[in-house]
Amino acid sequence: MSSAATETARLKLTGVTKQYPGCLANDDVSLTIMPGEIHALLGENGAGKSTLVKFIYGVVKADKGMMEWNGQQVDVVDPNAARQLGIGMVFQHFSLFDSLTVAENIALGISKELAGPGLEERIEKISEDYGLPLDPHRHVHSLSVGERQRIEIVRCLLQEPKLLIMDEPTSVLTPQEAERLFVTLRRLSAEGVSILYISHKLDEIKALCHAATIMRGGRVTGECIPAEETAKSMAEMMIGTNLKAPERHDDVTLGDVRLKISSLNVPTDDQFGVSLEDISFDVRAGEILGVAGIAGNGQTELMDALSGEALASNNESIWIEGEAVGLTGPGGRRQLGVGFVPEERLGHGAVPDMTLWENAFLSGMKRMNLMSNGFMKIKETVDYAESVIKQFTVKTPDSSHAANSLSGGNLQKFIMGREIMQSPTVMIALQPTWGVDAGAAAFIHQELINLANNGAAVLVISQDLDELFAISTRIAVIAEGRMSVAKNVSDLTVEQIGLMMGGTHDLPDDPHAQPHVEGGVSHVS
Amino acid sequence: MFLKLESRGEANRNMVYLTPVLAVILTLITGFFLFLAMGHDPFEALYTFFIYPISNSYGISELLVKATPIILCAIGLSMGFRANVWNIGAEGQLTLGAIFGGTVALMFYEQEGWYIIPLMMVAGVVGGALWAAIPAFLKTRFNANEILVSLMLTYVAFQLLSYLVHGPLRDPDGYNFPESRLFSDSAIVPILWEGTRFHVGGLFALLAVVAGWLMISRHLIGFQIRVIGMAPMAASYAGFSEKKLIWFTLLLSGGLAGLAGMFEVSGPVGQLVPSISPGYGFTAIIVAFLGRLHPVGIMMAGLLVALTYLGGESGQITLGLPEAVTGVFQGMLLFYLLASDVLIKYRVVPNFGTAKS
Amino acid sequence: MDLFVAIMVNVAAASTPLVFAAMGELVVEKSGVLNLGVEGMMLMGAIAGFAAGYASGSMLIGIIVAGIAGGLLALLFGFLTQHLLANQVATGLALTIFGIGISAMVGHSFVGISLDPIAKGIPFLEDIPVIGKLFFGHDILVYASFVMTALVFYFLYKTRAGLILRAVGTNHDAAHSIGYSVIKIRYMAIVFGGAMAGIGGAYLSMAVNPMWVEEMTAGRGWIALALVVFATWRPGRVLVGAYLFGGISILQLNLQAMGVTIAPQLLAMLPYLVTIAVLVIISRDSGLMKKHAPACLGKIFHASS
Repeated sequence: MSSAATETARLKLTGVTKQYPGCLANDDVSLTIMPGEIHALLGENGAGKSTLVKFIYGVVKADKGMMEWNGQQVDVVDPNAARQLGIGMVFQHFSLFDSLTVAENIALGISKELAGPGLEERIEKISEDYGLPLDPHRHVHSLSVGERQRIEIVRCLLQEPKLLIMDEPTSVLTPQEAERLFVTLRRLSAEGVSILYISHKLDEIKALCHAATIMRGGRVTGECIPAEETAKSMAEMMIGTNLKAPERHDDVTLGDVRLKISSLNVPTDDQFGVSLEDISFDVRAGEILGVAGIAGNGQTELMDALSGEALASNNESIWIEGEAVGLTGPGGRRQLGVGFVPEERLGHGAVPDMTLWENAFLSGMKRMNLMSNGFMKIKETVDYAESVIKQFTVKTPDSSHAANSLSGGNLQKFIMGREIMQSPTVMIALQPTWGVDAGAAAFIHQELINLANNGAAVLVISQDLDELFAISTRIAVIAEGRMSVAKNVSDLTVEQIGLMMGGTHDLPDDPHAQPHVEGGVSHVS
Repeated sequence: MFLKLESRGEANRNMVYLTPVLAVILTLITGFFLFLAMGHDPFEALYTFFIYPISNSYGISELLVKATPIILCAIGLSMGFRANVWNIGAEGQLTLGAIFGGTVALMFYEQEGWYIIPLMMVAGVVGGALWAAIPAFLKTRFNANEILVSLMLTYVAFQLLSYLVHGPLRDPDGYNFPESRLFSDSAIVPILWEGTRFHVGGLFALLAVVAGWLMISRHLIGFQIRVIGMAPMAASYAGFSEKKLIWFTLLLSGGLAGLAGMFEVSGPVGQLVPSISPGYGFTAIIVAFLGRLHPVGIMMAGLLVALTYLGGESGQITLGLPEAVTGVFQGMLLFYLLASDVLIKYRVVPNFGTAKS
Repeated sequence: MDLFVAIMVNVAAASTPLVFAAMGELVVEKSGVLNLGVEGMMLMGAIAGFAAGYASGSMLIGIIVAGIAGGLLALLFGFLTQHLLANQVATGLALTIFGIGISAMVGHSFVGISLDPIAKGIPFLEDIPVIGKLFFGHDILVYASFVMTALVFYFLYKTRAGLILRAVGTNHDAAHSIGYSVIKIRYMAIVFGGAMAGIGGAYLSMAVNPMWVEEMTAGRGWIALALVVFATWRPGRVLVGAYLFGGISILQLNLQAMGVTIAPQLLAMLPYLVTIAVLVIISRDSGLMKKHAPACLGKIFHASS
């Protein structure tokens, strides 16, 4: 990259500004990417990365700003125009159609001419060339998350892109799969393809990227060569303040078993769902059990089974405080002292268009005694909601505002507070800090730890390994609907967890054994 | 497009109340041009349609007579609509209520007793609720779409009523006319307003408004209905049973529609005839939306829409307008309401700059 | 034999409006839009086709005008649901109520007039013994409905445009993010659906029963909606389903004519009861429904950019 100064930039953005109602998503953002460069775009959730790449790809129109492509000013009116320039994009939430085949999905994302006869052969050739095995005839709903990502990559490669945008590509991959992806990306870079790599994972940016642009609150806050930085220094540019690790007491004495799962089976009737098979574990008072896993391996199904939204077939497969509750619904389980924090805040944990006090009533009505003769005690409910807002520092004028008027982090604090203030003895949370800002995430982590320290049994299901390592006492892995035996955090490494996430259900004797390869394909280079 | 929609985030509550008014105004303006196009003096036509019918006390009593069944049906439907249970078969449930209530009246023909009317009311509620129980059962047990089932059952109900008044319930002294006997006095609901047809049913409509309001705004079941309609996942998170709510809302709306049907045959009609209602059960759908699915709003919307029936009649008599103008006005009203609803959650802003060339 | 052929000709006539209306709605639903206003659009087509056919004396003009009228009403639905993001269920109901009203208002002056029905039979071919009348004794629109079924099938499964339409119905956010105009595609599907419903309605007022009667569709629009579910969103099955219903309604009429001692009102319930029965049979298999139903059916799309 030393000759960069004499070359024309592949992509140059100047002064990109985009205002959303109540939020300046991009504020005078500039960015330059050279041919063959792997350029990291680094920032927290909500920093404005996604808006910026959507602008490059023609999905979002900016209010101000200029884009130059190989030295020429361009106006990308829509994704078709972007593709014609040679820009390809791999979305974080894949732009795929479950009920269509791989080939149909690819045909939809490329020009009519490219989608012509012989497409399937070309798909097979590209996927072989780049080590991205794919069968063009399979339906997308039958594929793993990793395979789905390959569709998006192959779709881009078919168009011989000059710039490939990848939005959080490793968030759905095991560490081993991620490593394989990097091999492909380095090869593309060597062939002269520029790559804009969006991530908040500092280690992989250090390992992969030639340059990095860091964003915070819609603005560019720094540029650097990742290889020359430490993860800590980049994190500070990204978050703005010094990070404080959550305080925990490692010497907690574990109490009774409060939540016990034994041979839980939940078959799915949904072709897109995952069946839970023979899951057993228990959570004791005072500990946080972390459940790691890649998205779509049964986490949602496990959460539904634990909350009672999906009932088990056998009453004896779930026990709370020594009582069998496999056939008890969410209300009954709450009565026994369980608090739940689901993954989706808007629409699952809270009703978006209802006020905060109504949302407090939603889960607190019985345990907080907010009803008399079936009628709502409004004053008591409002008081309860206001105390949640106060104690959990939720930023909102008062509890008469709708849940959807809050930012993600604030709403999550409210939901977490609503559950914790019911003094649960068992707390179950799925992705508790998904999509919230670092400040709120740290706050939530601390609250979960405090809850455990005060004697509750806490279960956290998350895809974020850093989070699990920071707060858990023990960690188990869920893969393809089955769960490994939980091990103490101090006995585990990220690599071991990664292997288990890929489908090896228990640790191999030798942790340095050959990586498990999905689908029996041996294209690891 | 030079305008675009921008999400407000939180719903604008003023707009919730302003949009129905806006819809009424837009409907009147369109009606003005519609009458003009049909070759009538638009002012005269609008007067005939909307003012003349209620310019005397008898007109007002007739307005209340017509609003009664509409409001009863609409209160029930609104509970379902809030919970995303789309019962559009209120007309059929009303018909069944009329059949059940009417059958009781005929069973007690020429008998006297205070208990006959209450018995008819119970029968009417049961009839309507039974008819609504069919879509409830098929929806909860077999996942069959309640929109289509409840509507199909309306056609079946029409045929059933027609069969009964042509056959088993036909007046033996009626010269083969497809009508039942005229109900005896003990089976005719008491009149509230001397000299008019306004009957006790009006009180029950009012009761439904008050009870409906208490239920939806203060009671757990109303809360459950609102949650499941706005966020079904949140309802299951809270442990509310979707099936129970489907049953509840369908039985409630069916029962109220049945009660409305019973009051029609026991009040203004006075016997069973092949056609009980001029589409009150369908009109109630419009009224439920126009009233913002809120009981008090429904009461006001019910009175307004009842006026379109009276207006249709007076337009037919005075100006020779086709009766169907009523339906056109009702349809327009709903269109304008749905169109202006967008203002509740979005604001319209000019779309400058980067428009596609 | 002659009776059989006569019955089959009637079955075709009873089924054809359902084929048109349901085929149109199928395309609409495949794009992810649920338009419950089929009944209203059919009535619009019925009166518009009748009036235009009466005024011009040309059946072809009548049919074209019916398609335009249905399409215009559908355009209103499109504007409300696609641009103003109105609830599709409520808007569809409004469309039906409005369609009933406006068709009755316009039709007011056409009550009591009758029209020459559209000619039946293909010259020469219909004279072939035995099979002649059976296969060639129908009017042109019966054949057109079969051609339309084939075209819809070909469009949906063999063309790129059809693939895009299905993609939009499966996942509108993904379709938007890779650059397809979800709203434009849905508008086209909605208008097509309206035109088909209009033609289906006109077939009733111009071929089956060549006169105007208020609400003459008698729930066929709703039956067409049920047919789409019954057919699990597949064109060939829509055709089969439409003939099943056509068959039942003709059977019911013939039973009455043959003097079966069941009251005619009870027989007249049959098509509606059968509709409910088939809905139940198909819907009870939730896996089947999930597999074939367009995933975005009835959901509101609003691009946040």
